[in-house]
Amino acid sequence: MSSSSTSQLLSLAIWLPILGAMPVLWLGSQRRIVMRWMALAVAIAGFLVTLPLFIGFDNREVAMQFVEHAPWISRFNIFYHLGVDGISMPFILLNSFITVLVVLAGWDVIEQKQAQYMGAFLIMSGLMNGIFSALDGVLFYVFFEASLIPMYLIIGVWGGPNRVYAALKFFLYTLLGSLLMLVALIWLFLESGGSFNILDWHQLPLGMPAQSLIFIAFLLSFAVKVPMWPVHTWLPDAHVEAPTGGSVVLAAIALKLGAYGFLRFSLPIVPDASHAMAPFMITLSLIAVIYIGFVALAQSDMKKLVAYSSISHMGFVTLGFFMFNTLGIEGALMQMISHGFVSGAMFLCIGVMYDRVHSRQIADYGGVVNTMPKFAAFFLLFSMANAGLPATSGFVGEFMVILGAVKYNFWIGFAAATTLIMGAAYTLWMYKRVAFGEIGNHHVAEMQDINSREFLILGILAVAVLAMGVYPFPFTEVMHTTVENLLNHVAQSKL
Amino acid sequence: MLDNFVTPDLYPAAPELFLVTMAMVLIFVDLAFGEARRWIVGALTVATLVGAAVITVLTADGQSTLTFSNLFADDPLADFLKLLTYLSVIMVIIYGRGYLAERGLDKGEYYLLVLFATLGMMVMISAASFVTLYLGLELLSLSLYALVAIDRDSVRSTEAAMKYFVLGSMASGLLLYGMSMLYGATGTLEINGVAQAVMQMQAPKAIMVFGLVFTVAGIAFKLGLAPFHMWIPDVYHGAPTPITLLIGSAPKFAAFAMTIRLLVYGLLGLAIEWQKMMLIMAVISIGLGNLAAVAQTNLKRMLAYSAISHMGFMVLGLASGILSLPANPYVAVSAYSASLYYMVAYVLMSLGAFGVILLLSRNGHEAENLEDFKGLNQRSPVFAAVMLMLMFSMAGIPFFIGFFAKFSVLLTLIFAGHTVIAIAAVMFSLVGAFYYLRVVKLMYFDAPLDTAPLRCNLDLRIVLIANGIAVAWLGMFPDSVMVYCHEVMLSLIG
Repeated sequence: MSSSSTSQLLSLAIWLPILGAMPVLWLGSQRRIVMRWMALAVAIAGFLVTLPLFIGFDNREVAMQFVEHAPWISRFNIFYHLGVDGISMPFILLNSFITVLVVLAGWDVIEQKQAQYMGAFLIMSGLMNGIFSALDGVLFYVFFEASLIPMYLIIGVWGGPNRVYAALKFFLYTLLGSLLMLVALIWLFLESGGSFNILDWHQLPLGMPAQSLIFIAFLLSFAVKVPMWPVHTWLPDAHVEAPTGGSVVLAAIALKLGAYGFLRFSLPIVPDASHAMAPFMITLSLIAVIYIGFVALAQSDMKKLVAYSSISHMGFVTLGFFMFNTLGIEGALMQMISHGFVSGAMFLCIGVMYDRVHSRQIADYGGVVNTMPKFAAFFLLFSMANAGLPATSGFVGEFMVILGAVKYNFWIGFAAATTLIMGAAYTLWMYKRVAFGEIGNHHVAEMQDINSREFLILGILAVAVLAMGVYPFPFTEVMHTTVENLLNHVAQSKL
Repeated sequence: MLDNFVTPDLYPAAPELFLVTMAMVLIFVDLAFGEARRWIVGALTVATLVGAAVITVLTADGQSTLTFSNLFADDPLADFLKLLTYLSVIMVIIYGRGYLAERGLDKGEYYLLVLFATLGMMVMISAASFVTLYLGLELLSLSLYALVAIDRDSVRSTEAAMKYFVLGSMASGLLLYGMSMLYGATGTLEINGVAQAVMQMQAPKAIMVFGLVFTVAGIAFKLGLAPFHMWIPDVYHGAPTPITLLIGSAPKFAAFAMTIRLLVYGLLGLAIEWQKMMLIMAVISIGLGNLAAVAQTNLKRMLAYSAISHMGFMVLGLASGILSLPANPYVAVSAYSASLYYMVAYVLMSLGAFGVILLLSRNGHEAENLEDFKGLNQRSPVFAAVMLMLMFSMAGIPFFIGFFAKFSVLLTLIFAGHTVIAIAAVMFSLVGAFYYLRVVKLMYFDAPLDTAPLRCNLDLRIVLIANGIAVAWLGMFPDSVMVYCHEVMLSLIG
């Protein structure tokens, strides 16, 4: 099964949602009922076609799997070259899975231009699958950049009062980074004698000055996307203004693109520069973990709080990458997957409350547990997972990264471990203020508990969070060979 | 005297001859049918262009032929650019028809002037001598001056025409002066002959460079490169929108041909000199165009500044073809074909963008301010999507044609070692992205000021949608056009 050239699964995972979005857009909001079911059908079909990727995946295979290779732009030797390894495959599944939930979450909440809403998310989903599976530099860039368009519209059309500013900031920030990456990609093409194949670049010998410059170009692009401190400021704005679905996709998938970029590009292409820059990267990551943790503590807006907690968690991810040991990278990948579930769930929970009260301020709530007991139970579970409680998915990744950090340097591990306190502090304090106590006001008193649709969405996520926390083995097993291979590769100097 | 007269081979010039004949016929057709059946003239104009296209395709033989005593060249580049010119002019006529008819401007003169302008472009494209080049240029320019002023009673249009005329004549003067220097230094008006003289170092270099400076200035004016760009915003803004559309599309191909013929073909030996000039002008154009466009509230002016920046980007490709002399044909062909591809992409996007303005400019209303685009998504999701694609394409975001145009130019630029300029160029594109995004914001995020449904002819709708699809389709499958541009350039230089 592995690397069979006839497999079209990745193409299906990319193009099925994108092409499926066309009839959804065509049906339009007039035929709303049919359109919604159509969108759901496309999203579910998009998820189902990714399952064979997991089932047919060979855990011991070092090479790329499910490879597709076809000429695309012969003029510049650019290929339609797809393939996945243990690092990218889980994200394709995660992405397609989250898309189903997002379509469900927008089911009757979005009132205006619902067809375009659904269409935008389906297109976004396909493009992001493209990013995770592209093995050609230009193909990667094209997907990477094109995915900005639907997100720009999602924030701008269905967002909150300050959406125009947030959408523009999101777009321009990300574009700034990726334009420099484009220059770096072209430079690598010329340096490698005319190849855009990322795997060829992994073997390309490069001098230290060139490596440093390429590292910086990639860093600007990926750091904005992750986002790392100090280029994180677009994220709270984007999250606060985006509709619930937009926040979920941003947090669960879009942030992972930058982190994925580090593993696919920076580490293997410029290993020496990566080693040299590791102290700098670790410093930035620790600042994100600790300082942004404090910032999160001070938030009065729930979405902003979760947004800052995302930055803090993503700091953990970059920290794990730049310690160059198995525990660190695998832990970081686990953290990425877990964060996909948990942050998505947190934003969905906030969305559930926002749909009822139309406020995201913590101060506008209080005593939600009295009126929405079922919801409060889910919310508590996800808050615990966000804080990194053992037996939830949040714990696994954080624990592995901390172990990796201690192995690397005790004090870095020690500093990183403070996140367990910080995470618990800001998340649980928010939960306490929102859910417990007396019923805060008449809005809260009128809140209806979650309906069966919301129960389904949150229930699925709860199962995922618990399953991953209790039995993470299937995930680590999938990525283990690839991570070992990556580390061996990075350990060899290119100089 | 007559003994020396040889009947020229008319075959390579068949499309031009057909077009000029039909233009003559149309004068009488226009007289024969009055106001009421004006559409016949329009239809015949389109038919003429289609006919010329058919003739061009049929007479294309992939060879380079000279005729009229080496004044006129027919080669694959000429055929390709002429076909693109016909296509753009046809689109201009379809886009502009309704707008002009509503304002009573669809006179017979309009169609005739458009045909003569087209003829001028064709002559420029096929010019093999300074004389032919200048003749074509003047035929084009004079037709355009008149077209800008076609709305006689509009003060703004008349003013724009006057400006265009004065500045345009000055630029033609500069060009002529430069050509006369080159003639003086080389003793020939034939571009081939000039090229040989330069290569064999027969001509005095100082005079050549002196002439070159003026030639480059003339070319820069026609392309609309800073600092010779002053006319662009005023003329784009002042001219009736269909005329702006014409000025902003097909003549770019002619100007491109002029650049290739004069600089690349004729003065390749001086490439190191003119590349420097072009590079400086390109960077200024990209910077100035993008920065000034941000401040515009009028969409036509915004697109005018954006045109300046796009031309700058295109010229970056032209300026990175020669690394050292003698030229490496592989590098040169790559660079020039990247520029050609950029030109094709730009004209396609520019046509579409002005097409959308024309679509909204109905019932005597000029939809040229940015506010007029507010809430377009609610009024017409399809055309909002078309404009969305055009704007993202102009900003250079994939999967649209504009991305691969920028990509191929950047690639040759970095290959030529100008990495710093490449970084500067992409940073200015970031500024550019801002104002393109603003248009998208108006269409998608804001509520419409005017909720009246769009009313327009079916042909406009169809062509506009096709234009949008082409921008997306060629962005996803750019290979065929890229390879074709490459072959065309290869046949010229290889």
